[in-house]
Amino acid sequence: MNVQLRERPQAASSTGTKTAIADCDIHPARATQDELYPFLAKRWHAHLETFGVHAYQGMMGGPPYPKAQPNASRRDAYPPEGGPQGSSLSFMQKQHLDPNNVALGVLNPLNTGQGIRNQDLAGAICSAINDWQIEKWTSKDSRLKGSVVVANEDGVSAAAEIRKRAGDKNFVQVLLLSRNVEPLGQRRYWPIYQAAEETGLPIGVHAFGFGGNPITASGWPSYYIEEMVGHSQCQQTALASLVLEGVFERFPKLKMVMVEAGFGWAPSLAWRLDKVFERLHAEVPHLKRKPSDYIRDHIWWTTQPMEDPESRDHLFQTIEWIGWDKLLFATDYPHWDYDEPSRVLPAGVSDANKQAFYLDNAKKLYGIA
Amino acid sequence: MARHVVAPVDELPPGSRKSIEIDGRPIMVFNVKGEFFGLLNRCPHQGAALCEGPLIGLASSSDPGEIEYTKLGEILRCPWHGWEFDIRTGQSYCDPRRFRVRAYPVNVEAGTNLVKGPYVAETIKVAVESNYVVVDL
Ligand code: FES
Repeated sequence: MNVQLRERPQAASSTGTKTAIADCDIHPARATQDELYPFLAKRWHAHLETFGVHAYQGMMGGPPYPKAQPNASRRDAYPPEGGPQGSSLSFMQKQHLDPNNVALGVLNPLNTGQGIRNQDLAGAICSAINDWQIEKWTSKDSRLKGSVVVANEDGVSAAAEIRKRAGDKNFVQVLLLSRNVEPLGQRRYWPIYQAAEETGLPIGVHAFGFGGNPITASGWPSYYIEEMVGHSQCQQTALASLVLEGVFERFPKLKMVMVEAGFGWAPSLAWRLDKVFERLHAEVPHLKRKPSDYIRDHIWWTTQPMEDPESRDHLFQTIEWIGWDKLLFATDYPHWDYDEPSRVLPAGVSDANKQAFYLDNAKKLYGIA
Repeated sequence: MARHVVAPVDELPPGSRKSIEIDGRPIMVFNVKGEFFGLLNRCPHQGAALCEGPLIGLASSSDPGEIEYTKLGEILRCPWHGWEFDIRTGQSYCDPRRFRVRAYPVNVEAGTNLVKGPYVAETIKVAVESNYVVVDL
């Protein structure tokens, strides 16, 4: 018996969730470098063409570690019209936003002016990226919301950029990376926190970035897999610094999201901080509460990556410590470690917790009706 | 079991692949150097369409620093998280959940002697009949 066959569209998502979800970590990319030019003063076109970009990191020709897939992205996410993964709105809609019923998608652009040494150029590129997010993404699809990227090493210009974007409904958070020139609690970054608190924008701290320091606490490792694991170490340093420098004491309304850093390590970091704090409180008298209190009150966590313990009870216990109201679902589309919405949570989660996890926590945090 | 014609052989030259849908099931068929293989086009991990992945070889190591690259063109790498499947059997060679602690003493041996992971992509029988590629399902 011969049977008629249908060609299967290659790009179709193999599964889809019916209920609406928020995806709190989507990475839009530029199709070409000069896509930013319309948003950059002529002076910077000439600068880029004459001098290029100097980052804090070495190995300027590309990322210091090989990536698991091209552009660290899904191989099936190349847009049909060409360009890198994540550079086409229509393809993102067709491959991800529509089939997965994404009601809110938070954009986190990478490879921006963050981590560029020339601070004027860093500020110009970040501001251009913010204009580009509106022009190319958020104004074209109301489900998408941008993150205000800022020249992170220059607290003054960063704060100005945050205030410039405040109240603009195209943006729902400020974006920092975890690897900076100094640990994130240092005072050079305080103007950023002050502006974020004043404007009511949460700060997303996305793992990775290159601040010029080795990417692990003991130097440069050999393998990409070490970078993948090591970034949670860096995120822990950033979080400990934020707590211990008194950032949350000084900016009590500040909300922060740890993006793409896992969360399984959160309880043990907090327990350790609390224990040492009992003995060394005198060194940091500006702290009025236990470190774990600041962490639980001020920090939200995106999934992807979710830790994958052998026993799902261990995962649930970790989440209970953090709070089901503090987790935000994320896929990391179009990156290669993407999480499929329908496959990410093990069985045994109540409907109320699922609803919070997939959508409501994000809507509440980001003020989306 | 019904026989489903996929394509005339001429339309699937060596190195090419075709993904199709049979009775609602996504299937992909590969021509690897003149041999035809069929797999369910859905990764057992999180469900990616496997046909978007590259065909690579299998890097294996008996000792640190000793690396062999075998089965060239016979290992399908998932386009998402990179799990690797033997295109002949659908077998995955490692379990990424544990691959940092479990060492696999993998050598170049018959496929049946290798340490296998628990995840298997479903294979589909493919035949060539008088110049048509046919899938049994
Ligand atoms: S979906 Fe294939 S490796 Fe994850």
